[in-house]
Amino acid sequence: MQNLVGYPLELTGEDTPMVRFTNVRKSYGPLVVLDDLNLDVAEGEMVSIIGPSGSGKTTVLRMLMTLETINGGCIYVDGKPLTHMPKNDKLVLANTRYLRERRADIGMCFQHFNLFPHMTALQNCMEGPVQVLGLSKTEARERSEELLELVGMIDKKDQHPSRLSGGQQQRVAIARALAMRPKVMLFDEVTSALDPEVIGEVTNVIRALVSQHKLTMLMVTHQMGFARDISDRVCFFYGGKIEEQGPPADLFGNPQKERTQKFLSAVSEAI
Amino acid sequence: MTLLEFVAQYWPRLLTGTANTVALFFLSAALGIAIALVMALMKLSSYRALRWTAISYIEIFRGTSLLVQLYWVFFVMPLFGFTIEKFTAGYLAVGMNIGAYGAELVRGAILSTPRGQWEAALAINMSPAKRMWRIILPQALVNMLPAWGNLLIELLKGTALVSLISVADLMFEAKQINGSTFLSAQAFGTALIIYYVLARFILTPFMRWAERAMARKIGKA
Repeated sequence: MQNLVGYPLELTGEDTPMVRFTNVRKSYGPLVVLDDLNLDVAEGEMVSIIGPSGSGKTTVLRMLMTLETINGGCIYVDGKPLTHMPKNDKLVLANTRYLRERRADIGMCFQHFNLFPHMTALQNCMEGPVQVLGLSKTEARERSEELLELVGMIDKKDQHPSRLSGGQQQRVAIARALAMRPKVMLFDEVTSALDPEVIGEVTNVIRALVSQHKLTMLMVTHQMGFARDISDRVCFFYGGKIEEQGPPADLFGNPQKERTQKFLSAVSEAI
Repeated sequence: MTLLEFVAQYWPRLLTGTANTVALFFLSAALGIAIALVMALMKLSSYRALRWTAISYIEIFRGTSLLVQLYWVFFVMPLFGFTIEKFTAGYLAVGMNIGAYGAELVRGAILSTPRGQWEAALAINMSPAKRMWRIILPQALVNMLPAWGNLLIELLKGTALVSLISVADLMFEAKQINGSTFLSAQAFGTALIIYYVLARFILTPFMRWAERAMARKIGKA
């Protein structure tokens, strides 16, 4: 249905972004969730997405994870189209096989962790490497234990998720996503379902990732302080559009748009 | 004649009858579970032909009488050139019938698995088949076990119908003994007790144990 005209089949050149949204539109029936979104994320960049609920923040990540289809435009990851595939010098809607191939570049952590309850922490991390990447059990275990060590969960590697606190589950979920060695990591409100006292253990893991790894990351969050600390850039979404974006010091310190100012003052009052 | 005297005299026939009932139970349960799984997956398929095959199957086998189905398999199929031995006809009919009910249980349990599990499996790029086998079905199994316990008790009792096509199950033996001795109360009383014991003291505890074991495996207990 959506054959795109005038879109490049591939992005090339020095400044090719790791992620590019080009005129992306998403609607559910008459409800337009994202309207003509254009957003580039450079390799190694950490971009936070903030905004009121219903502004389309989470949809951005879900489209990038291919959990949602898009209604217009195109998403590119690492220079290659994600939502579409080249066919006869045109971009046509990607089929499932193409999607599976391209999806390998992307990892995601969810608000409610979504660990597999019938597997231990270690098995959760090994599942993808063994079943999808075809690694041997030994290799997968080595890789998973290394990551569980990184997120501070190695002591609990043989526990089932039901035995772990929310913060612990989320850290395992981060390790599980990293075990697939994605180029882009998505964090969808990963601290929203957590008790206040365990939020720190998750944000510390993400902080460590930002400082030690050259991963490209997109994060939807309600924690303004955290976003301000670790982001290279913050995007404020309002009504399905990027209302304002910039370095955190500018966006939080000196917001230009009225809606941004209102939102930020409403959020700071809540604390 | 007391019940004890009755059992003392007729136990060999009651025992073979019970053995046949148990054998019928296992064969039709295995068949029913396999059919239930296949039909549930077909009904959830994105291919219309598969979906409609499953819907038709479930409608036919749930919507008509098990006894009539049994007679179809045993008396009508030979008219089309498929002669089926009566014991086989017995467990085929019962198994196919229970499979139709089981399909809805399996489908319901698959659909009730939280959406986040599908999404997490997709996020680590698992193929649709692996998402189903490794992530969704193990969790669905835990959810559907209690309902399967019920269904398997229904199945055990349903096997009594095969006596009507002369399969020598427990019910058939009870009827034979009654026919030659007219000890109706003892014959059918013993049959009643044996069915009850099988259902209540063997099948039910086994299902309870399976539920607990599965719950432990998933880390719920």
